[in-house]
Amino acid sequence: MTEIGLNHFLIVSTVLFSLGIFGIVTRKNAVMVLMGIELVLNAANINFIAFAKYGGFGYQGQLVALFVIVLAAAEAAIALAIVLNIYKTFSTVDVDQIDTLKD
Amino acid sequence: MNVYDLIFYLFAAITLLSAFFVVSTRNIVHAAFYLIFTFFGVAGIYVLLGADFVAIVQIIVYIGGILILLLFGVMLTNKITSVQIKSGAFQTIPAAIGVGLFAGILGAVLIRTSWKTIEPIIPESTTTGLGYLLMNEYVIVFELLGILLLIALIGAASMARK
Repeated sequence: MTEIGLNHFLIVSTVLFSLGIFGIVTRKNAVMVLMGIELVLNAANINFIAFAKYGGFGYQGQLVALFVIVLAAAEAAIALAIVLNIYKTFSTVDVDQIDTLKD
Repeated sequence: MNVYDLIFYLFAAITLLSAFFVVSTRNIVHAAFYLIFTFFGVAGIYVLLGADFVAIVQIIVYIGGILILLLFGVMLTNKITSVQIKSGAFQTIPAAIGVGLFAGILGAVLIRTSWKTIEPIIPESTTTGLGYLLMNEYVIVFELLGILLLIALIGAASMARK
């Protein structure tokens, strides 16, 4: 059991990223796909902050993580508005049934 | 093994286990609640990395904002009174194989790489430094992000109202 270092955090974020990708590609419900995207963004944030600490980048890594959180909020709002519109049009949010651009 | 290591393993276990339940449970509402634990675990990891301000922002924005938004999405797009809120999954086994391979290769590369690390500085409060950077070097990015968030929220509201 070695001391906790950069690699431990990178492994955690790798597993989190893989789980997020797994959620994105396997889930049918569009809201579940969004949850997978949030997992992926969190994994990226862990990497940013881990490298900011162990790579000696000062506060810049944490700042980028803050920007990512802001973008994730904007992305979630837009995506849910789109999902609501899709539900109104098709009465379903299963991403494998929505295969037309026009109803 | 000191306290830091124990807390790291605790938070890593919380994060990864609840993330696994998020992607494996069939019930969407359960997945949203497991997501709370994932975000809490990630916030704990941020604190361990000395990023206290980002951890608080993570809790406020993710748990207080994005997760509630996701729950609204679930509630508005499922007839919760009539049918069970289930979400099917498809191609799970090929996806698991592919993602497992990806994680294995990425993890092997990460472990074999000899990162150029420095001795980590003893953590202190980061709010002052972050605020200074936001108001000086990154002030344009800060303002642009504010405008982007405003545009995104107006757009989302007008799209959802139609």
